Amino acid sequence: MEIMVVSLLNGFVYGMLLFMLASGLTLIFSMMGVLNFAHAGIYMIGAYVAFECSRWIGFWSALIIAPLVCAAIGAAIEIYGLRRTHHNGHIAELLFTFGLFFIVERGVQMVWGMLPVPYRVPMALDFPLFSLYGINFPAYRAFMLLVAAIMLLAIWLMLTRTRIGLIIQASLTHPEMVSSLGHNVPRVFTIVFAGGCYLAGLAGVIGGNYQVTEPSMAASLGPIVFVVVVFGGLGSLAGCFVASIIVGMLQTFAVVVDSSLASLLGSSVAWIGTNNLLGEILAVPMSRIGPLLPYAMMVIMLLFRPRGLMGTRDT
Amino acid sequence: MMDATVPPTEITGKTAPVRSSRQPLLWIVLVVMAAGLPWLFYDFNTGRHSGFLLTMLSQMGMMIIFSLSYNMLMGQAGLLSFGHAVFFGLGGYCTIHFLNAAEKGVLPVPIELMPILGGLSGLGFGIVFGYMAAKQRATAFAMITMGIGELIATAAIMFHHFFGGEGGVSANRMIEKSLFGLSYSSSVQVFYLILAWTAISSLGMLFLTKTPLGVMANATRDNFERAQFMGYDPRRVRFLQFALSGMFAGIGGALYAITYEIVTFDAVAGALSANAVLMTYIGGSTIFYGPILGASLITLLQSGLSLLSNSWLIYVGVLFIGMVTFAPSGIAGIIEAHGPISRAGRLGQLIVPYLRMSIPGLAVLLGFVGLVELLSFLTIGQAQGKSLALFGKKIDIKTSTPWTITIALLIIGGAWLRFEIRRFARLWEDVSADLKQRSV
Repeated sequence: MEIMVVSLLNGFVYGMLLFMLASGLTLIFSMMGVLNFAHAGIYMIGAYVAFECSRWIGFWSALIIAPLVCAAIGAAIEIYGLRRTHHNGHIAELLFTFGLFFIVERGVQMVWGMLPVPYRVPMALDFPLFSLYGINFPAYRAFMLLVAAIMLLAIWLMLTRTRIGLIIQASLTHPEMVSSLGHNVPRVFTIVFAGGCYLAGLAGVIGGNYQVTEPSMAASLGPIVFVVVVFGGLGSLAGCFVASIIVGMLQTFAVVVDSSLASLLGSSVAWIGTNNLLGEILAVPMSRIGPLLPYAMMVIMLLFRPRGLMGTRDT
Repeated sequence: MMDATVPPTEITGKTAPVRSSRQPLLWIVLVVMAAGLPWLFYDFNTGRHSGFLLTMLSQMGMMIIFSLSYNMLMGQAGLLSFGHAVFFGLGGYCTIHFLNAAEKGVLPVPIELMPILGGLSGLGFGIVFGYMAAKQRATAFAMITMGIGELIATAAIMFHHFFGGEGGVSANRMIEKSLFGLSYSSSVQVFYLILAWTAISSLGMLFLTKTPLGVMANATRDNFERAQFMGYDPRRVRFLQFALSGMFAGIGGALYAITYEIVTFDAVAGALSANAVLMTYIGGSTIFYGPILGASLITLLQSGLSLLSNSWLIYVGVLFIGMVTFAPSGIAGIIEAHGPISRAGRLGQLIVPYLRMSIPGLAVLLGFVGLVELLSFLTIGQAQGKSLALFGKKIDIKTSTPWTITIALLIIGGAWLRFEIRRFARLWEDVSADLKQRSV
């Protein structure tokens, strides 16, 4: 029971982190049709810039500087890169961000080296907030939840209460109509792309010291974020939120569950034995299957419901 | 696709038949040249081949098959797959197990025919995964192939029985069963085996582009609704193309297994799938021989440049982005664009402008490479205790001189190159407009 509660909390924290990345990605994807492969790369840049900030100025300044740097990079990518490749079609745009991801990953290795950098939780937040069944819950995770919640509120307010938010919402479903009505759709694209990168940068700031800040952090998180976006469905922030939480829970719960398919099915599958491939698949404990689950989820979702959980149109 | 109402000017031209009759000859010359390459660096004193060259050429052969098979999806069917290494790797894993079985005497197959088994296993997996993936197209297809790719890559580390976990599975290629009585103990023999299979697979894939399936793949790529109206099922076309592409990738994987005698999860991992995209796109996905150029170039960079520079992947990445932005039809596309001009005998007009462009181009290249290397020496190089040396002279990266020179090269060269490119673009338009006027 205690493990359940703690995992629930941890899964929620991880899910919120995923949502910060995925919300930007899904907005960009559903609006511009571009699957931004470099998104996780921006997240990584955010983490590294935050590391530099915390080294020279202090952690709190990173919360403001790093996302802004990422937003500026995002705007530059959109204006100087994507607009030029736009006339070659979506595939070219996708490949552009794909190449960009390569450069970001190698560039980070070049500037900060291959090894993890010591980006740590700030002193002011480095204490256990409360203790649950003898397991400490770090204050920093609560802070992460707070930042994510504020961000969620900000997105919601912006999308529903401001003029630009209404235009973005309209562009999600009827992009042609919006441009016919005389709105500057390219500028909206730039804003959305920069905004998505801002969120990714913010996620990098709070996620970089929650996980490890190293050059492979983007490559390991990137595919999971794609899973979230596809699973949640296009053009639906709510679906994206639900999918983030599901994937977050799934990944944290899988680690603590130690039973396998074989132990679930009991003696009825004992004849298979363990010394063959099928037996091995059945005998692998859930805790090791964990990394597989999100991808299996995505493939199954795409097979049977290509529009995702709450999507409004096909991927 | 060309509209049916456009008059077929190309076919009535004199040059077209000449070109097609020259093509088989070109292929033969290419294969003969490749066969002769190891002997160029043969060391007569020791009686040995250059091991580095043989490894590189063998790798090139596999990668050519791999990227050609990838282009069956990307270029010919317009399907962007991010999990193509699955078929390469699984073909490799299966071949390793076949080799082990053959060594035990269970499987009476000579080593020359092992790639057929690898190809068949690739085909099998292609049918299974193709059944899932071919339901979708465009972005959903890209996502589902990425999902399958990550799924298999993760499973490869997890399950020990088939994949051998992180250590991989190894085998011995000297199974003492050969069609020609060869032992394959030396890497020259393996190279010729790879060359033969590269030629066979390339011919096979070239042949497939001429079949109704290949043509329908193009049709569904360009306008799948129209193909549907004509009574073809785009899903079936995608499925067949996907499965066959898996088969050829499996042949490549089998050669990989035979060459290295070990297959680890690297062979199914996402990095190799990404490599397929890079090779195919840089080489040129719209023309059949494009991936051959791309695979050769990238392998060359991979084995040559990676020895010289820590950051060679940056160069590949920049090359890729440059191609996506400025030359979407790749290197082969650039070559093909010169075809009409060369046939009109006006290539000479372009030589001087090209030379003029090459000077600032070289400056920009030098500046960029210099900047990247200086940066990487500041961090990685220092950690490894290396120092930067150019022409035998040590360069102190802490002083401002090298930085000033590279940045100046980059800025001045860039401005000059911009100017020259504009001039060249005007000339190019003039020449092509002139050619068009004459042909009408």
